[in-house]
Amino acid sequence: MSKHLRHPLGRAVLVLLGAYVLIEFGIAYLPPLFGIPSGPVPDTVLFQYLGTVVVGILIWVSDNETRWSEFKAPLHKVMVEPEKKRARLALAVIIPALVGLMTFNQVKPSMAAPATLRSIHPAPPGQIDFKGETMELAGLENPLRATGSMEEHYESGREIYVKNCMACHGDGLAGRGHYALGFNPGPASFQDVGTIAQLTESYVFWRVAKGGPGLPNEGAPWNSAMPSWEDFLTEEEIWSVIIFMYEQAGHEPRTWEEEGEH
Amino acid sequence: MATLAAATGKRKIKLNQNCGRSLFWPALAVFGIASQFASPDLLLAQSLEGVRQYGEFPLVGSRVAIWVAAQVHLLFAAFVLGVPMFAVVAEAVGIFGGDSKYDKLAKEFTRLLLVAYSATAIWGAILSFLLVTLYPGLWLYLTEIFQVSMWIYVCLFFFESFTLYLYYYGWDLWNTGRAKWVHWTLGILLNIWGTAVMFIANSWLTYMMSPPADVTPDTAPGMVQFWSAFANATWMPINIHRIIANVVFGGAIVGAYAAYRFLVARTDEERAHYDWMGYIGNLIAMGALIILPFAGYYLGREIYEFNQQMGITMMGGFMSWLWIIQAFLIGVLFLAGNYYLWVGMGRIPGAERFMPYTKYMLVVLVLGVMVWATPNTMIADREEIAAMGGTHHPFLGVLGVMSAKNTAVNLMILTTFLSFLLYRRANSRPTVDWARTGTIVQGALFVLASLIVVFYGVYGYFVPAIVRIGFSVYQVLAVLATIIGVITIDVFMLRGAESRGDIRWGQMPPRSQYALFILAVTFTWLMGLMGFARSGIRQHWHVWEVVRDTSEYAATPALGYAAIVISCCVLIFFTLVSFIFWLGGLAEKGTKASADSVAATSSTQGVS
Repeated sequence: MSKHLRHPLGRAVLVLLGAYVLIEFGIAYLPPLFGIPSGPVPDTVLFQYLGTVVVGILIWVSDNETRWSEFKAPLHKVMVEPEKKRARLALAVIIPALVGLMTFNQVKPSMAAPATLRSIHPAPPGQIDFKGETMELAGLENPLRATGSMEEHYESGREIYVKNCMACHGDGLAGRGHYALGFNPGPASFQDVGTIAQLTESYVFWRVAKGGPGLPNEGAPWNSAMPSWEDFLTEEEIWSVIIFMYEQAGHEPRTWEEEGEH
Repeated sequence: MATLAAATGKRKIKLNQNCGRSLFWPALAVFGIASQFASPDLLLAQSLEGVRQYGEFPLVGSRVAIWVAAQVHLLFAAFVLGVPMFAVVAEAVGIFGGDSKYDKLAKEFTRLLLVAYSATAIWGAILSFLLVTLYPGLWLYLTEIFQVSMWIYVCLFFFESFTLYLYYYGWDLWNTGRAKWVHWTLGILLNIWGTAVMFIANSWLTYMMSPPADVTPDTAPGMVQFWSAFANATWMPINIHRIIANVVFGGAIVGAYAAYRFLVARTDEERAHYDWMGYIGNLIAMGALIILPFAGYYLGREIYEFNQQMGITMMGGFMSWLWIIQAFLIGVLFLAGNYYLWVGMGRIPGAERFMPYTKYMLVVLVLGVMVWATPNTMIADREEIAAMGGTHHPFLGVLGVMSAKNTAVNLMILTTFLSFLLYRRANSRPTVDWARTGTIVQGALFVLASLIVVFYGVYGYFVPAIVRIGFSVYQVLAVLATIIGVITIDVFMLRGAESRGDIRWGQMPPRSQYALFILAVTFTWLMGLMGFARSGIRQHWHVWEVVRDTSEYAATPALGYAAIVISCCVLIFFTLVSFIFWLGGLAEKGTKASADSVAATSSTQGVS
C-alpha cells in the first residue's frame, strides 16, 4: 500500500481525494469546532476549487521528466498491455457510466430554481428622488454626523432598528432575525466584511430608502423582500438607523476620496 | 439621438474648463499646429440633424458586427505595437553585446509583423466602414470633435507603415557600422509612430467612457474643446495599461510562434533556436505581466474617481463576475508561466538542486488562485443559499474581499519572480566572496516582503475601506522593492560566475510548448473579456451620460452572450495568426530554397 502511495499516480489521487474531503466537509465542519461560523460550500465553488487542484496536480506530475514517466507508466500499462485487458474493459464501462451519471444529474428535471449570479452591490444611481426632493448621492455624507449628539442619534437609530429591521436582520445584525428563515436569499448580515463595511453611508441610505423595488435593472430579478423604507421613515430616521448599524456592527463607513483633479 | 439632434440645433457655446492632466504633453504642440488647418466654421458646418442614426447588419446584427471588427482589430494592433518594442531591444542587445543571434531574433520578430500589420490595417478598415454604415450618427458626432486627430492619425499610420518596410527590408543592407545605427533608429521611430497612433485612438474610446464633466447632452459636438476631450480622465491610464499589455501580448504571441516552430522543427539547430525564442517570449510576457496589475489598478481607480456608479458596476455590480473569470485566467497565466520555467530547468545543468522547492511554490500558486477566484457572492441554488445563510459564505466570505485577493496576487507575483530567479541562477556558481551573504540578504528580502504583504492583508480587515485601499500600495511597493533589490544583488553576485554547464537548448519536452500556447490563448481571451468590462460599463450610452444608445442593441449583453462573442473573436484571431505563422515558415523555406539553388548553381559552375 505504501508503495502505491509513494508512486506519483497514487500521490496525485490521494491529494485530489484529500482536497475533496477538506473542501466538501472540512470547510463546513472544522471551523465551528473552534467557534468560527461556517457552512457548506456551494457546488460551483467546490467545482472551481477542485478544478484548480487538478491543474496543480497535473503540473506537479509533469514538471519533471522522471516523475512524468512514472506517472504515465501504470496508465500506459492499463491501456496497452494484454494482461491488463480486464482492467481496461472495466474502465471502458466505468468511465462512460460515470459520465452518463453526471450528465443525467445535470439534465434531470428538478423543481429547484437554478443557481443565479446575484449582484450584491448593484451600482447606485447618481441621484435619487426622496419624498419629492432630489438627492445627489455622489459625495453625500451622513448629515447627522455633523450635528447633534452621536449618542442620541445612536439611541434613536437603535429604536428604529428594533422596531423595523430586527425581525429580519436580527438583534446581532447578522441577518438571523425571526423571519430570516422565511426568506431565500436571507437578509443581509451587516457583520459581514463584504456588506456595509464596503459601502458609503449614501449607498446604504439609497438601499434603505428604495429597498428591493428600487433596485436597478441590473439587479433584476429583485430577489429582495426589503420594503421601500422611504414610505415609512423620515430622512433623519434613516440616517440615524445607519449610524446605529455601523456602530453596532463595529464597522466604519466607507468615506469619499479627496476630490480628484478632474 | 433625438436629444443630440436638438442640441445641435441650439449650438450653445460652452467652453470646457477641464484641461486634463497632461497639458504639457508634447503632443499638444503638434495638435496646436494641426488645429490651424481646421477652420471653426468647418467644425460647425455639419449638422447631425437628418442623419440616419443606425444601420442594420444581416444575421448577427450591428452590435456583434462592430464588436467583432473592433476586437479583432485591437488584437492585431496590440501585436503589432508590442512586438516592435522588444524587436528594437533585441536588436540593441545584438549591437551592444555583439551577439548576432539577438539580431536574428529581432529580424524574425519583425518578419511576423509585416503580415500582422496588413491584417491590422484590413480590420481597421472593416471597423471604420462598419462604424460609418452601422452607427453613422455616433460617427458624425465623434468626427466633429476629433477630426483633427483623425487626420494626424492617418499621417502617423503612413509614417509607421513605411518605417516598418524600411526597417525590415533594409535589415541585411544596413547591417554594419553606422548604417546599423541608422537601422536601429528606424526601429525606435517605428515604436514612436505606433505608440502615437495608439494614443490617438485611445482618446476616442476613452472620451466615450469619460467625457469631460461639462459636456452634456445639450453640448454641440463642435463646441467640445478638443484637448479637453482628447486628454480625458481615463486617457492616460488606458495608454499606460495598453503599452504594458501590448508588450505582454506580443511576448505571448511570439512565444506561441516559437512553440509552433519548435514542434514542427526537423533539426536540432532549429529546435534549439525556437526553444530559446520561446524562452525569450515567455520572459517578456511574464516580466511585463508582473507590473500589469499595477497599471490596471491605476486605471480602475481613475474610473472610480471619474464616476462612482461606473466603478461599482465594474467591480461590485453585474460586471464583477468578469473579475472572477479574470482571476481564473490570470491564475492560468501564472501557473503556465511557472510550469514552463520548471520544465525548462530540466535542460539546465545545476537546476536539480532547486527542483525540490518547486512543489512548495506550486502550493502557494494553487492556493493563491483559489483565494483570488473566490467570489464575494457565490453562485448557489436556493437550498445552498439557505444552508449558508445567504449568498455570502460565513467562512469563505473573508476570501471574497480585496484584502485577501491583493494578498494572494502579491504572493503569486513574488513566487513567480522566485521561479525566474532560480531559473536564472540554475547553471551559475557565484565566485564573489560575499555570495553567501548576498543570498541570505535576498532570502531575507523575500521573507520581509511576504510578511509585509500578509500583515497588510490581515490588518485590512480591521480598518475602514478607505484606509484598506491604501494598504494595497504598501503591498505593491514591498513586492516591487524586493524584485528590484534582489535583481540588483543578483546581477553583481553573478559577475564572473562559473558555469555549471551550458543550457541544452532544444532539449525541452514537447508538452512544455503547449504552456506557451495556453499563455497566448489566455492573454487573448483576457483582453477580450476585460475589454468588454471596460466598454460595457457605459451600459446604454454611446458616450457616457452624453449620447444615449437608442438602437435596439442598447441593453448591455448578458455575460454568457458576451463570452460567446469574445470567444468567436479569439477563434478568428488565432485562425488568422496560425496562417501568419505558417507564412513565416513558408518565407523562410523560400529563402533557404533559393540560397540552396544559388549554392548548387555556383558549385555546378565551379565543376564545369
